[in-house]
Amino acid sequence: MRQEGLLQLAASRLIGLVPTLLVLITISFFLIRLAPGGPFDAEMAAPPEIRANLEAKYHLDEPLLAQYFRYLGEVIAFDFGPSFQYKDWTVNELIARGFPISATIGGLAMLLAFFAGVLIGVFAALRQNTASDYTVMGIAMLGISIPNFVVAPLLILVLAIYGGWLPASGWDWTWQRGLLPVVTLALPAIAYIARLTRGSMIEVLHSNYIRTARAKGLPERTVILRHALKPTLLPVISYMGPATAALITGSVVVERIYSIPGLGSYFVQGALNRDYTLVMGVVVFYGMIIILFNFIVDLLYAWLNPRIRYDEGE
Amino acid sequence: MALLDVTGLEVEFETPEGTVRAVSNLDFHLEEGETLAIVGESGAGKSQMMMAIMGLLAENGRARGSALYRGADLLGMTARELNAIRGNQIAMIFQDPMTSLNPYMTIEQQMTEVIMHHRKLKRDEARAQAVEMLRAVRIPDAEERIRQYPHEYSGGMRQRVMIAMGLLCEPELLIADEPSTALDVTVQAQITQLVRELREQAGMSIILITHDLAVVADIADRVMVMYAGEVVECGSAEDIFYNPQHPYTRGLLDSVPRLDRASDQDLHAIPGNPPNLLDLPVGCNFRDRCDEAREECREPPPVWRDETGRMSRCVLPMEGGKRVDPDGTGPESRATNSASRENRE
Repeated sequence: MRQEGLLQLAASRLIGLVPTLLVLITISFFLIRLAPGGPFDAEMAAPPEIRANLEAKYHLDEPLLAQYFRYLGEVIAFDFGPSFQYKDWTVNELIARGFPISATIGGLAMLLAFFAGVLIGVFAALRQNTASDYTVMGIAMLGISIPNFVVAPLLILVLAIYGGWLPASGWDWTWQRGLLPVVTLALPAIAYIARLTRGSMIEVLHSNYIRTARAKGLPERTVILRHALKPTLLPVISYMGPATAALITGSVVVERIYSIPGLGSYFVQGALNRDYTLVMGVVVFYGMIIILFNFIVDLLYAWLNPRIRYDEGE
Repeated sequence: MALLDVTGLEVEFETPEGTVRAVSNLDFHLEEGETLAIVGESGAGKSQMMMAIMGLLAENGRARGSALYRGADLLGMTARELNAIRGNQIAMIFQDPMTSLNPYMTIEQQMTEVIMHHRKLKRDEARAQAVEMLRAVRIPDAEERIRQYPHEYSGGMRQRVMIAMGLLCEPELLIADEPSTALDVTVQAQITQLVRELREQAGMSIILITHDLAVVADIADRVMVMYAGEVVECGSAEDIFYNPQHPYTRGLLDSVPRLDRASDQDLHAIPGNPPNLLDLPVGCNFRDRCDEAREECREPPPVWRDETGRMSRCVLPMEGGKRVDPDGTGPESRATNSASRENRE
């Protein structure tokens, strides 16, 4: 009964994904074409013949609608086409190069954020309205308010330049180069998750079923871990879906500052160069990842919350 | 020795508006095997009194006084000592069965953890006992249904589960805080009947908090009437029902619809509202709503007692009772108050 409910839910959500993706592709396709300039404007003074040849090769001479349907057909086959700017590279290859790096950094950052954030949030909730609660939550507020592009240079300045303990930038799959970007990305998420967890935990601790658990004579540890933690985490889980998707697809700012060849940096380059296929490819890929993670969250949510599990169908 | 002996209990809550005094200077005791009903309208402090004794007050609440359970003061215990008693020797069931079970855990998980913790049973044994207990409270298909979640149970069934869960460790004392209030009338009767049967089988003591006088008449040995955080009258169920002494008790009894009275007769309602617990009047708390109010009611009312343990707190003399020291609300009167209790026993 339990399995069936989950499977049905999964199937209905999957079918719902198709129109979402279609809308995403359509809007971003026409939006990028609206932007002034084109992919070959930077190559100065190309003779009109060469330009016409280039455009013919990439089908840019066809009517916009024809291009749109051609693109749709390719996307269905998971082919995002050749990059206009990185000659000899297809967009698929570029994504395959950049995504593992971004996903590693983002995934680790989210993992760190989840554990640190939940730990801090529970700690603060259990010491509600004491000095340690206010201190921790004050720091968390700072963590949310200070932007990445301030934190990252500060970390580099202190730990890499003054301290000399870590490399300032670059990428080579070692922990030394990963540490700073992961921490930079994780900090605001830690702060956000800590605040979310604290509020949620305080609410749960006031509920009648926690009073019942206490009246049963269970030790406080059991009350917190067994009875209170799961409902506390529900809002955190629903935040984690889109947040994870955003982190693993690469932070434009952080990858820039630490010179990391991730997906985010390709996205910026693509947008600046009017590299239509690259931008589109990254956007669609990003969209799929977001949808995927929301889908995972929906399933997790249903799995965690027995009351949703049986009321599925919406 | 009484099973539970509460002396000078005070419960206060710090709120942004000031200190709310929910329970003042409360004394009572419960004998083994006895069923004590605590009645009074909402806000009389019935529930908060029991929460204080069980260590379940909200964090802005404070309890003073003593609550001796078999001679050990529940109010002075460490969390560990208290946890050894809660759910084990003293079980509590609550007013709202819809929200008192954890919606994220199966009935099985919630029931077995009690005996696994207190009795150190293995999961299988604990499960077998839980199923047996569910059958005892007449949950159909207990073997199957124990695997379900609370939302798959009706309100009445959830309260049965709460009762079953409370009885797993064979407690000596069951505290039931309005166990049937949130339920349909027919279900209410079933739950009351169930509690009565289980009491006979298990021989436990019961404190029943309620504002339903019909339930009280049904199962209580003794009745304690509370008003604005104080006991106004206490006595055997018969005395309270057939010979109420305090005007508030009389008002409560008159407000119950009865078949043996003409139906065109208006139901009696006690006029007005209970006093503001933030700012209790000096003197009798009930005087503004009392038909018998007089000038002397501006002073703290005297307490009357007789040798049967009957008690009334009113300026009106209690039939056959002796006047004891005026029992004010200040802590300075507590010494004389407990002294008079000792004289009596």
